[in-house]
Order: sequence, then C-alpha cells, then structure tokens
Amino acid sequence: MIPFSFEYKKAASVKEAISMLDGDAKILGGGHSLIPTLKLRLDSPACLIDISKIESLQHIRDNDNSISIGAGVTHAQIAEDKSLATHCPMMGQAAKEIGDIQVRNRGTLGGSIAHADPAADWPAVLLAANAQVTIQNSNGTRTVDIDQFFKGFFETALEEGEIITTITVPKTMANQNSAYVKFKQPASRFAIVGCAVALAMNGSTIESARIGLTGVADVTYRPDNVEKALIGEDLNEASIDKSVQDVTDGVSVMSDHYASESYRKHLAQVFVKRALKKLM
Amino acid sequence: MAYKITLTVNGKTITAELEARTILADFLREHLSLTGTHIGCDTSSCGACTVHINGAAVKSCTVLAVQADGTDITTVEGLSQNGNLHPIQEGFNQEHGLQCGFCTPGMMMTAKDLLQRNPNPSEQEIREALEGNFCRCTGYHNIVKSIQYAANKM
Repeated sequence: MIPFSFEYKKAASVKEAISMLDGDAKILGGGHSLIPTLKLRLDSPACLIDISKIESLQHIRDNDNSISIGAGVTHAQIAEDKSLATHCPMMGQAAKEIGDIQVRNRGTLGGSIAHADPAADWPAVLLAANAQVTIQNSNGTRTVDIDQFFKGFFETALEEGEIITTITVPKTMANQNSAYVKFKQPASRFAIVGCAVALAMNGSTIESARIGLTGVADVTYRPDNVEKALIGEDLNEASIDKSVQDVTDGVSVMSDHYASESYRKHLAQVFVKRALKKLM
Repeated sequence: MAYKITLTVNGKTITAELEARTILADFLREHLSLTGTHIGCDTSSCGACTVHINGAAVKSCTVLAVQADGTDITTVEGLSQNGNLHPIQEGFNQEHGLQCGFCTPGMMMTAKDLLQRNPNPSEQEIREALEGNFCRCTGYHNIVKSIQYAANKM
C-alpha cells in the first residue's frame, strides 16, 4: 500500500516544528498510528513534519513530585523505566502490552495520545494517573488536565498549530498503587477492553479511586459511580464485587465484529474487577 | 519532490533519492534488491518485514525510508558474516524452524533483538518476544527450538 504524495520536513526543535505547522500539515513522531492511516489512504496531509529527531522530547525525567515524559518517548522506553515502575506501575504494565516489541520500539506516547484511538491503552492509564499534558504553540505553552484532554472519537483538546511536548504523571500514593489489565484483540493487540486503576489507601480502606476505561466507548472515560462506591470500602473480593456495578452506566458502548455491545459491557465489568483485585 | 537520504545498510553506506512516501520495506526490496525482507500484512501486524534500525527490531512496512536517513539498518541479508551462517540462521536450519519460509527473515530479526537484550531467554520469553511475528506453517514449536539453539551457541 502506497500513501498519497506528501512533502516531508524534519524539525530540529519544537519551535521550528510549530512554525512549519500550517493547516494541511501533520506531525510525524514514531509514525505507528499515522503511517498506517496514510497507507490506507484514510488521510492525505500535504506535509509531514518529523519531530522524531528533537532531542528535548526524548527523555523521562524523575522530578520531586512527578515524572515527566517527553512526547517522543517510545513505549519500549516506558516499559523499561525504573522510576515509573516504582511510582506508577500501571504505566510499565500498559507499555508492555502495547502491540509487540517492534511496535514498542517505534511508537511514542505523545503520538498515541494525539491520535486518540478509542482502543488505545494510554488514554485509560493517563486518565487513572490524573496526568497533565503540556502543549506548545506559537504563543508559548499550556497545560491541560487529562480529564479535559480526550474529547471524543479520535478527538483531543489539541488545537491547530499545537504540539504535545510533555506528559506529566504525579507521584501520588494512588499512582504507586496502580494496575492495568486488558483483553486484547489477538492480531492487532489493541484493547477490546482495557482498565487502569489507581487507589489511594488508608490502611486497608480505599480513600480515593481513579479508574480509566478504554475500548468500551468512542472515548476513554472514568466510571465515576464505581469510583464513588469504592470510597470507604475495604479492598477485598466482596467489596469489589459489591462496588463494581454497571461500569458502563450512561455510556454508549461500542459494538464491532470483535465484540458485541453486550459482550463488551460484560468485559468492562470483568476487567474493572480484575484490575482492582490485582491490587489486593 | 525527491529527498536525498544517506544511511548504512548491512555495513554499506548508501545514498539514495526517493519520494517521501516511499516505505522503508519497499525501498529495501525495490531500490536495493534486498528481497529477504518480506511484506506480508503490510499493516504492522505480521512481522515479516522486521529489520533493525540502530540495533532495534522494527516493522519496516510502517517506517518511511526518509525517517531512516542517518540510521544504521540491518536486514536478514546482513546476518551472515564472511559466508558463515549466523547462529540464529544455523538454528533455523538445524531445528527445522521453517516450512514455507515466508515469515523466517522477520522471525530471525526479532530473535536477534531478543537475544541482544536477553542472551538466555526462557521458552516463555521467546514465545512472548515473537508475539509480533506470525507463522502460518510451523505452529511456532520449531521456531522456539531454533532460537534456543542459537542462544546456546551465542
């Protein structure tokens, strides 16, 4: 499969990349969402701006109260990162479940969330992690809370002329106590249902819960009824079974040839429980 | 518009002019006649097109040739040295790691990535490392044995 013709520009800095971004240009990171889209001719941008050589986007930094991850960091780098394994284990767990080693060597965190595939793993994980997304444009930078970032089907808070530079994960008790589980489509290994949970505990009692679900609806979401029901409960099998009711309440559940609506609903329920039980 | 790239392929420096939309797998096969890199699914699922970029296994059907500018690429043709089979190639030969052979180049390049990171993988680790490479003939059993053979030899 051969994409439509396009121009190609290599950006040496984020600033330069932004200056190259006019209406019909697209950012190229690892290319593992964009290139298949181009090959299938679902999109035909006039120009690709390659940001994969920009050094400042390639690092994971361990700060005092957070870990900041450059948009160009690959899934493989996240899977191997020791500070994330300590402070936010669900990040490494999710990274290891993305695609396969070849895909993980190439695909990037920033590229994945900019694409916002409804079956991608990162949206659920970053939602549970209460992450922040730093975005740069010609006027400077702005920071968007993850709860406001994913807007809809392949739609995010990114505006024209903007580039994601950093994803920041706070170092919290909840993120230290986090897990990701998924039911994957066996060929593509995208999530049919993926669930990330982060629980802040006070002894054996759940103080707060953040749950992210992917693959279920056209955009990642938090089942807030379940998050609320868990507060004040002890973390055990009985309380999980009691609290995890109707995780798709008020949500329009997707249906496709991999999983029907009712099967997906069932899987969502099962995988929220599994993620929570992983933390027992 | 033509773009000029310079890269190393199997130790040789190569300069080429190509369209930005040229896919790396097509560049290797059509421009350099390195037809050992196969194109199966063409959608980054099957792994037949696996090559190494700067030592890491990638699916060359999902990389633009212009993105490989300045990199060091190894294809299956770069495995043997001075006419001697690489231990991974020897393993596939000795353990009957192939039937039709279509997936074999990709299998071997992924095995090389694995053995670089983990010189003594368990059977389970080998099977997990191969999750992005599909074989429709062998049931994977002899492929795993081939990689174990190579690990013992390396």
